Amino acid sequence: MSFMDFFRAQKKPTTASMAKERLQIIVAHERGQRSQPDYLPQLHRDILDVIRKYVPIREDQVQVELDSQGTCSVLELNITLPDR
Amino acid sequence: MAKIIVVTSGKGGVGKTTTSAAIGTGLAMRGHRTVVVDFDVGLRNLDLIMGCERRVVYDFINVIQGDASLNQALIKDKRLDNLFVLAASQTRDKDALSEEGVARVMDELAAQFDFVICDSPAGIEKGAHMAMYFADEAIVVTNPEVSSVRDSDRMLGLLSSKSKRAEENRDPIKEFLLLTRYNPIRVESGEMLSVADVEEILSIKLLGVIPESQAVLKASNQGVPVIFDAESDAGQAYSDAVERLLGADVPHRFLDVQKKGILQRLFGG
Repeated sequence: MSFMDFFRAQKKPTTASMAKERLQIIVAHERGQRSQPDYLPQLHRDILDVIRKYVPIREDQVQVELDSQGTCSVLELNITLPDR
Repeated sequence: MAKIIVVTSGKGGVGKTTTSAAIGTGLAMRGHRTVVVDFDVGLRNLDLIMGCERRVVYDFINVIQGDASLNQALIKDKRLDNLFVLAASQTRDKDALSEEGVARVMDELAAQFDFVICDSPAGIEKGAHMAMYFADEAIVVTNPEVSSVRDSDRMLGLLSSKSKRAEENRDPIKEFLLLTRYNPIRVESGEMLSVADVEEILSIKLLGVIPESQAVLKASNQGVPVIFDAESDAGQAYSDAVERLLGADVPHRFLDVQKKGILQRLFGG
């Protein structure tokens, strides 16, 4: 690394460090999805259909997440109903 | 009983076939009876890299379908007595690679070899699945580049869930990282992910780092696995990787920029 590079490095992160950061985020996200059971996307769609029978709702207003802590699994449902 | 090793990556063009040829040859050079099996049905290339393309009479699919015996299809290497190649077929029918068929051939190979190296095709289709399904160990070939690292992580997920060992609840496949096309100069200038970066993201044991090298193209031009080029950096790095695969503790080389002396600068080297 030359004398000038020392100053340049302060200003801008290297492209390699950008690559590392982006990879860490996407890999963590994809690993999380991988550990989910296969039925979760279908469960999400079914819940969405049931709610849509009563209120119009966008897909992203229903969030289904499964967390497991030890032997206990928690199914977390987060449903945002539209303003009346 | 043989050890079955899959060479996989997800992404294409990262050096799976070069690696399969080099590692297979390296094991045979050290006295182990070894066969390298091409799983890339429809796009066979291992034969070219190993330099036996004109001696393919029967292939993997022929053996599965009973058109030829395994011994008729095994191609003996010209240079080493204990090295063999089983070529992939050029047929486009990928379904020919049935699980029962592959299982039977794997059993037969395991009975007469010390090492079975499975050269996986790119992607996550049938060929790639069959290549990894029976494996005891996996060499995940990765380039220091975002798409390759991401695909490698995906393959690690499949190795731990979609293999025979996983389905039978046995010990998981032993996974090794082989970083190829590594360029220490670009790493030093911050343009390329370092070994440490990739190890941190994938968190599996590092088998070796193969530097980006002109020797690899030269070797494939001639159909001679690059590990025979003992003068070259890539050849030496593959030799080290084979030693590590056999359990030796060999320090990693070619990770840092080689400082050239004044004479080398003047006369090239």
